[in-house]
This record gives sequence, structure tokens and C-alpha cells, in this order.
Amino acid sequence: MKELEYPFDVAYLMKNKKKIKRELLLKSGLLEKKIAILGGSTTSEIKNMLEIFLLNYGIKPTFYESEYNKFYEDAVFGNEELNNFNPDIIYIHTTNRNIIQYPTMYDSEKEIEEKLKFEYEKYKKIWDTLFSKWNVTIIQNNFEYLYYRLLGNKDASDVHGKINFITRLNQKFYEYASNNKNFFINDINYISSCYGLDKWANQFYWHMYKYAMEVPAIPYLSFNIANIIKSIYGKNKKAFVLDLDNTLWGGIVGDDGVENLAIGPEVPSGQVYTEFQNYLKEHKSLGVILNVNSKNEYENAIAGLNHPAGTLKPEDFIIIKANWNPKNVNIKEIAEELNLGADSFVFVDDNPAERQICRDYVEGLSTPEIDVAENYIRIIDKNGYFETTNFSDEDLKKNELYKDNAKRSQMMATFDNYEDYLISLKMKAEITSFKPIYLERISQLSNKSNQFNLTTKRYSLADIEAVNNDDNYIKLYGKLEDIFGDNGVITVVIGNIKNTNELHIDLWIMSCRVLKRNMEFAMLDALVKEAKKRNIKTIYGYYYPTMKNKMVNNFYDLQGFEEISCDQAGNKVYKLDISKGYINKNNVIEVNE
Amino acid sequence: MKEEIYERLNKVFRDIFDDEEIIVKPETTANDIEDWDSLEHINLIVAIEQEFGMKFNMNEVTTMKNVGEMVDIIIAKTR
Repeated sequence: MKELEYPFDVAYLMKNKKKIKRELLLKSGLLEKKIAILGGSTTSEIKNMLEIFLLNYGIKPTFYESEYNKFYEDAVFGNEELNNFNPDIIYIHTTNRNIIQYPTMYDSEKEIEEKLKFEYEKYKKIWDTLFSKWNVTIIQNNFEYLYYRLLGNKDASDVHGKINFITRLNQKFYEYASNNKNFFINDINYISSCYGLDKWANQFYWHMYKYAMEVPAIPYLSFNIANIIKSIYGKNKKAFVLDLDNTLWGGIVGDDGVENLAIGPEVPSGQVYTEFQNYLKEHKSLGVILNVNSKNEYENAIAGLNHPAGTLKPEDFIIIKANWNPKNVNIKEIAEELNLGADSFVFVDDNPAERQICRDYVEGLSTPEIDVAENYIRIIDKNGYFETTNFSDEDLKKNELYKDNAKRSQMMATFDNYEDYLISLKMKAEITSFKPIYLERISQLSNKSNQFNLTTKRYSLADIEAVNNDDNYIKLYGKLEDIFGDNGVITVVIGNIKNTNELHIDLWIMSCRVLKRNMEFAMLDALVKEAKKRNIKTIYGYYYPTMKNKMVNNFYDLQGFEEISCDQAGNKVYKLDISKGYINKNNVIEVNE
Repeated sequence: MKEEIYERLNKVFRDIFDDEEIIVKPETTANDIEDWDSLEHINLIVAIEQEFGMKFNMNEVTTMKNVGEMVDIIIAKTR
């Protein structure tokens, strides 16, 4: 919903949140999550706004809200309601209003150190207690600056200053964050400064209603939290689709000629496009894929991208569509060629008419309302499309992986027989039980895979850790490499052992990058082998249809399972009897265990 | 002028409480509208401020007794 993307019309959101909520609840396939809000000040409107932003991301939250300022008691001493609620995510909304022991001018450095420790230990106790109770993800506010400075500028640099104290306390929070992968900082220090600290800290709202920021700032706060949560559950965008003329450079390459385009350091209008190209290029290091969608002659597009002052070159893009087709058609083709859903794309185009057409015809596409070139970065960045929560080495290599795939397609064209092609790839797989270094990637994969996903069960990192530590699960990951490169971890199977000799497959996923490579057969072979070791007699498979996983509708049939039930919604249960033997299915991949 | 303000105010009330049947009168108070609790009150105040492009101060918010008094303040501040 356009209204729930940055920039916001705050008045509209606040007035219409109930209507918006009703509308968003009509969507199907919402992911249900339980979120506990432990507040050090009023949180009611924060919760309301968070709800609509999450619904817009396809997440349906149910909330527990602590009593006013009972965040510490709830976390450390617990209470029955919270225990029964059993949260997936705990958001701790504390602010500088919750700092009790600020330094004073009378304090020695050592006393200030003690105060810092006192404040930090309070929070550390909260987090450690919560982590010991639940497999949970914690989102914790850092502290925003105070709106006054007793020492003036020295408040920042002197240990007696409150600004200095807040900075040091924040630093300790970040250290905890870097040591705990299920712990995320909600950076209110940053968003309050973007919003304007004086406005953010409007004291009217504190004294009247005990809100720690002005109420019209709440949509920005809640949006920030929603972005962290949607990222944890794999709902980030994956790729840019970029227009060229007046988007990546100033001017129209076909009319003006390459030499007259505005890009490069000579003039302000060129600098602004160079910065924008740099900003886009940086995204490659996050695993974001760049593509072009432009109404241009192909040769002109390439000539523009080869402009000596440009930082984005043709080889930075995976797919370049420069033609005269409608842009919505091009986007759909790019989605198909990359095997990604159109809802993985951010489409950037300076032309409002093109944006509207694509918005209308491509469901799930994000199309930021950019206006003038100097605002492109801010508007795109503030939308949090690529909010980074779990970062794996896979992401660094993502662009290369897509390039390798393009080479495989070329090679495939030289073979008449598909199996010959597969053999020529000289594939090698590693299929084995989860290893700690891959848990992050496994969680990420479970949240990102939509098409080759039998049950669409999502696992946070905490969930994956729990599975990994439980002997009642067989949990396998698969890595695949071939002559063109290493694909990394691309498939996961989790089976739950029940009634001593049954294995129920909770999750079977595979990245679409490695479709039709027979990796699924190698996985079943390995799964059966593991199952036999534990005297499993029957393996049960489940298929739950979604909008996106039709590709695996008959997966278990193809794997030789027998369908035992299918309800009206198309949910199917299969079984495979392995007690009377099993013949390995994979003969094109060399498997190391 | 007063009529026009009541009309705009009525729209804000209906949006905030998501109830198309609300009709506000000078004597209307929080007791007359089911969902009008202290938490919705703040949202209502913010929405009215945004609708009329004015701000209430703390004293005004704490002392106004009904919609009639609220309208008097709006008129005084938007004149």
C-alpha cells in the first residue's frame, strides 16, 4: 500500500489506521507472529502503527503490551500472561526517560563508570533473562540524545555530560548486539535526529500522556521497527530494477548523445547522479541485484552505461532490458528470468506515469515516489527495502552467482540431452547435518524461499538453533558447486522424528538458483540414509499450497511418495515406506558427507 | 464559521473512532463516545491539530470540558 511507504502522510495514517487495518486484514497468506512490547513509557499508538506497517508487509501480529513502565519487572520477574503469550519477538521500548542515574558535576570519573555499569547491567539482565526463557528475537531501542545540554558543547565530550553518558551507554548496547545474533538495535538515536530532535522531544506529549516522543513521530518509529521485523522474516527486497534516462544520469541518451549526459564531477547536476550510481553500486555488497528497465535502443543504453564518468557499468547488471516494450512487461520478464517474485523488486523510475503503470500491473512491486534527483537516495534509503538483519557470506557473492547461472544457460544450449548437460557440469554436493557456521544462512533461506518450499514454514535464527539442538530432528543442508562456481548452501530439509519410527518432514526448501539440477534427489537419498540409521520405517511429507509454491505441487509424487490425503484447500499428506529398501535416485552429483 | 468547524470536526471524530454515526455537539464529552478513552484522546487531539493547522497547549488540553470549549479554542487560534 503506497500510503505505508516513505514519505508518509502522518495525518492520514493517524486518522485512518482503523480503516487501513481492516483493508489489510483482507489479504490472504498472512504470516502470524506474536510480539511482546515491553515499554518504559506509553506504547499504545506505537503498537497501533506497528500493526498496520507489519500487515502491509504480510505479517499479522498479535501483541502483548506491558503495563506502563513495567518493562523491567515483566522481563526479569516474568508474569503469567507473558509466559502464556510465548512471544516470537520482544520489543523493548526504552528511551532516555528511563535512564535513572545520570552523571553529575560532583561525580568522579570512577563514580560515573559505576553509574554506567549500573544502567547497562539493568538491561543486560533483561536480555539475558529473556534469552534464557525463550527462543526469542529481541529488538531493543538505543537511547536518543537529550533535548538540552547542561554543559553546552562540552556535554558531548566530557564524562560529566549526559550526551557523553548516552553515547557510552549506546556503545555498550552495540557490543552486546555484536555478540548476540538474535538481538537487534532499533536505532531511535538516528531516526530522532532525522525527524528533528527538538520536535521529537516535544515535552507536551511526555507530560500529558507519558509518550517519550511526540505522537506524530510515531509512524516513523513504528516503520523502523516493522522494517527490522520484516527483514528477520525474510521479507526484504532482493533486487533493483532501474530506469536509465533522468534516473541514472541526467538527460536522454538517445536524443542528447552520450557526451551530453549529466554525470560526473564537473557540474552539480552530474555530481548528483554520480552519487546515486555509487549508492546503488554499494548495494551489490549486500547481495542486492541490479537490473535495467529502460525505453531505449539497446546500443544507446549500453553506450550510456559505458560513460567514462559513470560508476555503474554494463557488467554491474544481471539483466538489461532496453527496448520499447511496456515497462511492466519487462519487469515480469526479469522476474521470470531471475526466478524471483515481482515482489522482490524495487523499481526506480523518474517518470510518475511509468511508476503508476507498473504499480497497477505488477502486484507486490515497490515503486518509491522519488521526485528530484537530489532526493533519490533519501527516499529510497528511508524505505528500508534492504534492512540488514542476518548477513551471510552468500550475500557478498550473490551477484556472481547470478552471473554464473547465465553462463550455465549458455552451456545448456550446446547439449541435446539434458542429462549430458548435467553430467558436464561436474557437480559436487556437500550434504550433511547442520553446522553452526551455516545456521544463519539456513534461517535466511527458510525465510526467503517461496517457490520451492513445501510447507512455507519460517524459521528465525533462534528457531533454527532450537532445531539444531534437538535430537528429535534430522536436519540436513546441501551445498552445491560445479565447474562454473560454488552456489553455497542452497537446500535444507528438516524432519521431525515421532513415534520412534516415523519421520515427518517439516521443511523442504531449495533455492531457485539450482532448479532442475537433480539436487532434490541427492537430498532424498541422504535423508533416507539418515533415517535408516535411526530405524525410521516411514517418511511423511506434507505439501501446503500458497500463492507461490505451485512448482512443487507434485514434488512428492515425483519423489516416489504415495499420497494418503488431500483436503479441500489442497493440503496433501504423503508417505514413503523405506523399511523394504530404497534405491538411490541421484546419479549426476558427486556427494560428500 | 462555527457550523463549518463542527462539520470538519465531525469528520475527524468519525475517522478516529471509525464510526460513521457520530454527531458531535457542543455538550459532547468523552462519556458520550464509547472508545473515547485517554489513549484515543491524544490521537484525537493530534488529528484535530492537523486538521485545523493549530496546536493546543497543555493548559487547554487539561481544562477543556466538552466539544463546545474545544471549538472555542479552535476559533480563537485560527482566526
